[in-house]
Amino acid sequence: MNWLTRVRNSLPFQSKRETNDNLWVKCPNCQEMLFAKEYEENQQVCMRCDHHGRIGADERLNQLLDMGYDLLEQPEVKEDPLKFKDSKKYTDRLKQARAKNPHRDAFSVGSGQIEGRDAVVGVQDFGFMGGSMGMAVGTAFCAGAERALTRNCAYVVVTAAGGARMQEGILSLMQMPKATVMTRRLHEAGLPYIVVLTDPTTGGVTASYAMLGDIHIAEPGALIGFAGQRVIQDTIREQLPEGFQRAEYLRKHGMVDMVVHRHELRDTLANLLDFLQGEKAA
Amino acid sequence: MISYLEFEKPVAQLEARIAELRSAAEGDDVDITKELERLEVKSADLLASTYSSLTPWQKTQVARHPSRPHFRDFVEHIFDDFIPLGGDRNYGDDEAILGGFARLDGRRVVLIGHEKGNDTESRIRHNFGMGKPEGYRKAIRLMELAGRFGLPVVTLVDTSGAFPGIEAEERGQAEAIARSTEACLALPTPMVATIVGEGGSGGAVALASAERVLMFEHAVYSVISPEGCASILWRTAEKAPDAAEAMRVTAQHLKKLKVIDRIVKEPVGGAHRDPEAASKTLGKAIGQELDALAKMSSDEIRRMREERFLQIGTN
Repeated sequence: MNWLTRVRNSLPFQSKRETNDNLWVKCPNCQEMLFAKEYEENQQVCMRCDHHGRIGADERLNQLLDMGYDLLEQPEVKEDPLKFKDSKKYTDRLKQARAKNPHRDAFSVGSGQIEGRDAVVGVQDFGFMGGSMGMAVGTAFCAGAERALTRNCAYVVVTAAGGARMQEGILSLMQMPKATVMTRRLHEAGLPYIVVLTDPTTGGVTASYAMLGDIHIAEPGALIGFAGQRVIQDTIREQLPEGFQRAEYLRKHGMVDMVVHRHELRDTLANLLDFLQGEKAA
Repeated sequence: MISYLEFEKPVAQLEARIAELRSAAEGDDVDITKELERLEVKSADLLASTYSSLTPWQKTQVARHPSRPHFRDFVEHIFDDFIPLGGDRNYGDDEAILGGFARLDGRRVVLIGHEKGNDTESRIRHNFGMGKPEGYRKAIRLMELAGRFGLPVVTLVDTSGAFPGIEAEERGQAEAIARSTEACLALPTPMVATIVGEGGSGGAVALASAERVLMFEHAVYSVISPEGCASILWRTAEKAPDAAEAMRVTAQHLKKLKVIDRIVKEPVGGAHRDPEAASKTLGKAIGQELDALAKMSSDEIRRMREERFLQIGTN
């Protein structure tokens, strides 16, 4: 419905209304104003430039799992164990993040089916403190793996995070081996573990459970890497190559199996599950 | 000649005065033995009291001290018959991470650790202890080797972090670190890790996912460098001392959080004042840990290691 956008934008009296958050969204890539409802129906992929926008945990779970899945309760963890305070208290930052998000923290788990195939899906929400991995994220990741082990089915994890949650200091770093204990258990139980890397996946998350999948799928254009680009630039003082740390670049360098459009993600996962855990009678 | 840290200035001044007195008294008749003795006691007391109450940021500086003993010093003072092994069989050999067979008071082990180097030339050769994917893949290789031949693994962790560079990213720095952590967890033989200097982020945890984690008294271990944390959360690296405090980077804090199991004492004034003595204490501690673990079966060891990490965050 691009004609509509064009017409609307060409009307002078519309300019004041376009700031209405509920009606219009601006594509972060091509800056096109998109009709929000249409954008949502298009799974937060820009209708004009195909940019894959960042999405919340519930939207993602709804896109991937069949209706009627079971949303796991996020496990309780010790809150603010370090009594961390920078310019703001960590507890205040948490409160703020929770006010803007339907969930208590950045990792949600849905247990159900993908086109009829049993699967547990874990989703990291960049919208909650940059998706950062603290104890709540690590523990929820493990709970998802535990559920997959109990159900004897695949674990699909959609990653998105700037890295570890600094406000939990070393305890966030310890989530790396902790999550790895569980990916090993899935491996030993012969259960598929599939990682979907979305924009952005960096730092300690990439350097642990995001890179330990049996299959690695990336969304187009997603930033995926270990070190931040600014850190790299400051260290080596060189220009970064075109497309550096993007999904297609990682595909080229052998770190992901495939780059899959969001519209095809669900079907792709279902097909992979057929190979990995046997075909289910439809 | 030892290089003094900023907070050691009072000690440095006293020691300079002692040296001055000594040279002035040479050939002189005046007896200054008493005065010298007094000053030396004072200086030693000052050093001891300074080091007994270091702030997290001061400890960070001690952990990074240019004369702090590194991997090769520990090899020299603690281990016998070190046989270095090299290469990841894929790409190359990374000298930021060294490893091989060694004996610790007769016990056969596979030894792996970061080496930072101790002068300009060696620092460049060892890339300041910042490992690349091939370094972590070498570590994986050696851990697998240790597992197959029933040898315990001893790691010495000392890195500001894994190397952030274009090629490191292209060769899968994140994957290499993840797999190295996994190799620690899969190891069927005992593993004792020690944070000897800096334990920087993923590059450290990749060699420290052991069932027993030791830490030198003035070492630091953190998810990000205090400078990095400060520049993100405070928007200026100058707040690094605050970040070091807030992140609880010291051995004393980490013991309380159960992230490490044992603190290894350093000589008064830090390991760099007496690397040999520091090494001996460390060697003894690692030996005791290995002996305790030697009685356990592979399954028990692996379960103990897994539980150690699963429990973090639940209590």
